[in-house]
Amino acid sequence: MKLFGKIRKISYYLPGPPLSIDSNSNNRYYASQDEIGSDLAFKAVLKLFNEYPEIDKLDIDFLIVSTLVLDYNSPTTASVLHHKLGLSSTCGTIDLPQGCSGFLYSLSVAEAMISAGNARNVLILLGEVPTKAIHSEDTVLRSIFGDAGAAIVVSENNTKAIGKFTFATFGNGFDFLKVERGGGRNPIDKAWLNKYSDQVNQLPFGRIEMNGLEVLRFALKEIPGFLEQTLVKNGLTISEIDFFIFHQASALILKSLQRKCNIPEHKFISNFEEVGNTVSCSIPIALETAAALGNFKKGDKIVLLGFGIGFSCIGTVIEW
Amino acid sequence: MEIDDFIKAIEEEFDNLNPGDVSPNSVFRDMEGWSSMHALIFVALIDSKYDVLLNGEELKSCVTINDLFDITCLKLNGGAAKA
Repeated sequence: MKLFGKIRKISYYLPGPPLSIDSNSNNRYYASQDEIGSDLAFKAVLKLFNEYPEIDKLDIDFLIVSTLVLDYNSPTTASVLHHKLGLSSTCGTIDLPQGCSGFLYSLSVAEAMISAGNARNVLILLGEVPTKAIHSEDTVLRSIFGDAGAAIVVSENNTKAIGKFTFATFGNGFDFLKVERGGGRNPIDKAWLNKYSDQVNQLPFGRIEMNGLEVLRFALKEIPGFLEQTLVKNGLTISEIDFFIFHQASALILKSLQRKCNIPEHKFISNFEEVGNTVSCSIPIALETAAALGNFKKGDKIVLLGFGIGFSCIGTVIEW
Repeated sequence: MEIDDFIKAIEEEFDNLNPGDVSPNSVFRDMEGWSSMHALIFVALIDSKYDVLLNGEELKSCVTINDLFDITCLKLNGGAAKA
């Protein structure tokens, strides 16, 4: 019998209450001072187990974690969350910190693990606190990003529900969107902390630096063709797709891509106003929000397309 | 491609602009509330309407709406390196 993966359940956690950032009803959520990504992921998965008691945590045989603020450089944050959750000792664990593409990269690994017969239930945990790495004067970044956690269970299924994945990397763009001083290349030192002594916690996880023009140019130049490649790889045309969920990068990028890709507005799902860009959490939150509103019917074909830091792109088509 | 269409598209794109607010000689960085985000909106608009993707240097070289129009026409007609 052939094995396939299917997104079984999604829960997400937004550290409330929401704060209104402008007069256009744009809300953002902010983690508390002592919370990091895995804390939000942990709250999301507790919510998932509470909402769906039929999911037994001991049946999880693989855990994938994506967060840009790891608990430790090593061991993996997946190991830490494995312990906190009391998962089975036969459960495999990996970190896949791929930024805004993190959910779909994790989904591609989950689908591959299940299809190969190496796992039956894969738990994907996502937790992001980008607002802790934004300088108070970076008003554009402040208007874009928000914090969130998400938990997704992918389980085996008799029919194919997750399509083929397309991948692309434009490594020459790595410098246009990065967390400066976030790693070993140029570690945080005393001079850095002194420089940002006026900031809450002195930007201890580094500072997000973005060249907005180059990020926009990357999205406009590469994503329309990448969408086409994803459709072709799955043997579909744009008119056969019921809904499109792109990474919620920014209001301008979403609006521009919708136009450029000729996607009808009613098929283009966005919740950027409500939660902002929550990095790896953005696609599952948009997916679950639309599902909870009853927007999807069984058999709907939904394009999921992630892109961001790296620059990286990943796309697939799921069947609801 | 006519500059009147170009200006009309700009006036429609920005909520705070009304028909007649923009002329070919308008200095776009003098627009009310100008910020770096407005520059990105111009780039996105020109890309979606004319399939021309301006880069930072090209944007920096423009002062007026007419400059933006000219460089867009130039690239549209293959007169400059493609983005």
